[in-house]
Amino acid sequence: MELFFAQLLTGLANAATLFLVASGLSLIFGVTRIVNFAHGSFYMLGAFIGYSLMQVLPGMFGFWLSVLLAGLAVGVIGVIVEILVLRPVYKAPELFQLVATFGVILVIQDVALYLWGADDVLGPRAPGLKGIVRIMGEPVPKYDLALIAITPFFLFGLWYLISKTRIGILVRAATQDREMVGALGVNQAWLFTGVFFLGATLAGLGGAIQLPKGGADLLMDFNILAAIFVVVVIGGMGSLPGAYVAAALISILNVFGVTFLPQSTLVLMFVVMAVVLMIKPYGLFGREEVAGEHGQVGEPERPIKPAGLKVRLLVAAGLLLLALLPVFGSDFSQVLTSDVIIFCLFAASLHFILGLGGLVSFGHAAFFGGGAYVAALLVSHVDAPMEIAFLLAPIGAGFAAFIIGWLCMRLTGVYFAMLTLAFAQLIWSLVYQWGEFTGGDDGLVDIWPSAWLNGTTPYYYFTLVFGIGGILLLRHAAHSPFGYALRASRDSSRQAEATGINTKRIQWAAFTFAGSLAGLSGALFVFSKGSVFPTELEIARSFDALIVIFLGGVKTLSGAVVGGASLEYAKDFLTRFEYWRLTLGLIIIFVVIVAPEGISGTLRKVAERFGIIRQREGES
Amino acid sequence: MKIQKLMATALTVAAIGVASISANAADTIKIGEINHYKRMAAFANPYKNGIELALEQINEAGGVLGKPLEFIYRDDQGKPGEAVKIAGELMTRDNTVMLTGTILSHVGLAISSYAAEKKYLYLASEPLADSLVWAKGNDYTFRLRASTYMQAAMLAEEAAKTDAKTYATIAPNYAYGKDAVAAFKTALLALKPDVEFVTEQWPALFKIDAGAEAQAIERAKPDAIYNVTFGGDLAKLVREGTTRGLFEGRHVYGLLTGEPEYLDPLKDEAPEGWVVTGYPWYDLTDKSNKDFVDAYQAKFDEGPKIGSLVGYMTAQSIAAGISKAGSTDTDAMVAAFKGLEVDTPVGQIMFRKQDHQSTMGAFVGTTALQDGKGVMVDWVYKNGADYLPSDEEVMKLRPASQ
Repeated sequence: MELFFAQLLTGLANAATLFLVASGLSLIFGVTRIVNFAHGSFYMLGAFIGYSLMQVLPGMFGFWLSVLLAGLAVGVIGVIVEILVLRPVYKAPELFQLVATFGVILVIQDVALYLWGADDVLGPRAPGLKGIVRIMGEPVPKYDLALIAITPFFLFGLWYLISKTRIGILVRAATQDREMVGALGVNQAWLFTGVFFLGATLAGLGGAIQLPKGGADLLMDFNILAAIFVVVVIGGMGSLPGAYVAAALISILNVFGVTFLPQSTLVLMFVVMAVVLMIKPYGLFGREEVAGEHGQVGEPERPIKPAGLKVRLLVAAGLLLLALLPVFGSDFSQVLTSDVIIFCLFAASLHFILGLGGLVSFGHAAFFGGGAYVAALLVSHVDAPMEIAFLLAPIGAGFAAFIIGWLCMRLTGVYFAMLTLAFAQLIWSLVYQWGEFTGGDDGLVDIWPSAWLNGTTPYYYFTLVFGIGGILLLRHAAHSPFGYALRASRDSSRQAEATGINTKRIQWAAFTFAGSLAGLSGALFVFSKGSVFPTELEIARSFDALIVIFLGGVKTLSGAVVGGASLEYAKDFLTRFEYWRLTLGLIIIFVVIVAPEGISGTLRKVAERFGIIRQREGES
Repeated sequence: MKIQKLMATALTVAAIGVASISANAADTIKIGEINHYKRMAAFANPYKNGIELALEQINEAGGVLGKPLEFIYRDDQGKPGEAVKIAGELMTRDNTVMLTGTILSHVGLAISSYAAEKKYLYLASEPLADSLVWAKGNDYTFRLRASTYMQAAMLAEEAAKTDAKTYATIAPNYAYGKDAVAAFKTALLALKPDVEFVTEQWPALFKIDAGAEAQAIERAKPDAIYNVTFGGDLAKLVREGTTRGLFEGRHVYGLLTGEPEYLDPLKDEAPEGWVVTGYPWYDLTDKSNKDFVDAYQAKFDEGPKIGSLVGYMTAQSIAAGISKAGSTDTDAMVAAFKGLEVDTPVGQIMFRKQDHQSTMGAFVGTTALQDGKGVMVDWVYKNGADYLPSDEEVMKLRPASQ
């Protein structure tokens, strides 16, 4: 009983940081609709800045002043990011901004490495709060008690700000209907900047305040990301009390999980999230998402149409060139191009549900890695021939998508995205922690193709046939009645229903189809690399695909392929240099700002302007 | 409308153009070094420094086979798939003669499998996983650093000397942690069959909830604790555990805890009285060790880390292997590495014929605080050869040898 109480306190103390960081993310999302991937980076900056300040500011006063200043400094950085990077792209399609925030992550990683060096730093202890207090005989660190005491003040302060002040009224109004707020004459730009300042400050405070319990290191940005997304979603987007309750819930569950289920600590959080979302689809305190946008942001989307003769010839010429690559290219150029094709197929399969279906999935890696694992498990455990394993991979991945799709289909928008993320993370943690079967993080190795494919050039042609074949199949599906029905469901589900389309079923089918094609790319991947590891199921993998779709142009059919090819080739080139993350991050931000319609969309516009391709009738 | 396809094609062509300009064959022997230079910068940079120092010395002494030795360093972002791609590029385009590198075990395993498939020589320098040379071992992969099993067996030997009966273990929940706990258990139970393991904690790597872990261990009231956490996890565990009095009156054994990479960040909060494996470079007096430490300090103006030593020994081993082979032909080099003896700062090591594991050992000592920082005292260097299973067992563990 005593220990039980002490564990409860530990959980509540841990919740403090989680709450601060997550509430910032929640606020930013609520008002600006930006899914801020860089929030973890703000948290990391808070920790590093706080650490540096604590080196120069002595004593108890200095400690708390450092925490405060670190928060404010990160807030200012948030404002700079908002003004320089995000403001130019508010008009872009929804979720496009996350690409920009991804660029910010890369930049901050390298800047932090440059400024603070590579070594982990251990945070200083809080002066005056170093010891323990015995509560019912159990030792409880004083700092834990301080954290437990402080958090409600933050919660109350934020609650007051949001509920009782004019700023808060505007923020709440914007959370509900930001366009109406704009129409009523509120300067949205500064409202957004202000919210960004507040959100970033909270992340910075979270980073600084956890220093006495940990420290600062260069991996902490990604390490907290999954947890804060979970908290925001469980609590309900934009809800502060929700964020607090969810942070406490997750932290306390985790403390008891450590004691009673020490092997499954990773899985627990995502199980809770999946369960909550299935019972309360909008989180504990969230409200149903009001259709955030009145119509579409930016220019209306053009209808897609099958490629004309000229384009077909061009594509054929490109394919011929690819087919001839082994004649004039080196071995490595074939390997690199195989990698690019595999990645493009993966991205294109996500684009199919995202671009055409309007279903934003944050967990598409589950099917890419899933396909790879199906093939690898078959080869390792039942010695299946490569051909059989290759064939079953897309089927297995499609089946996983079928199940997950069924579970997620009742949600829409960002909640749908989060639920897919939760399931993808579940699969990841399962693969990661079920070592006897999946090899855990040691992965599955020696998964090589059959003898007739075992050479760079044969496998290159194999990849070419199936990779390009898959991409063409996706294109074909886009122009089929199925594709039309899918787009109808995206654009107006009510009208689509009225014409007799079962929108949910169409979307579910599309999700399954896209999942199985992602599985195909995963199968191509595993046999080209000879091994598979849980990294192929990670969030970062899903984000990779997401990023290139927006980078390439979400509203064009070729966006995923163009974006995927550009990013892969750019990465291959840039990773040869020392500060490649900084460079890549800046390039991404640059592309995002000058080409908010993505590379593909912008090239099309440029080409039209100069008359290289014909503008369609009916357009000015 | 599909002008973008054209652009993509143009891009492809441009990239291929760049790709097909073959590297001009300068007259050096090139080694492909793949590592997580960004993702694990704190470990990879000292390692790279160690290589640089060795290269400088090797090339001043005339190089290898009359040619200078050169390393090409590539960043794999910590991704196995990326590492395999780079391995191919290094071997086919940059004309490297063999591969080395990686810290993370899973990346090492991916390269190892690729090397066997393509018949390239791979010297795994830092990854610790036992499976690299045993369960997944192959003919083309050798490993330099003392494996998880060896280091755990050294600590188990120390643990068996005490009268502690009940043990708690805490290890990151992934392959390395699991190997380390299993090896420690096996070795300790062999020496002391009446020992009991009362709790096993498995925090997720770099996501430890240290307060909760300390409470969970305290609940089991063990006589001794075996710690495998490292990096930020270790720092948090030490802080929470010390604050809550978890380590008082208990024996604590720490795998890798004494390595400067992990001990230095703890500063004056470094735990005292833990029995650990590590690298007490500040305390080394014998000539070969001291020469290395002095040369390293002179060149980089800081003390070496364990990674620096491993990097230095990697370059030394490769130079010795190629010299012994007399050519850079893969088969000749593989043959040369079997039973290769190398004189290193820690003494002579040998790459065993039976499982390709080197006999590099580890320093085992007790942690203490000196001048406000953690150090190892009463340390001894234990030869790795004494902590490997018998040849029959190795045969069983390593299907590739059967």
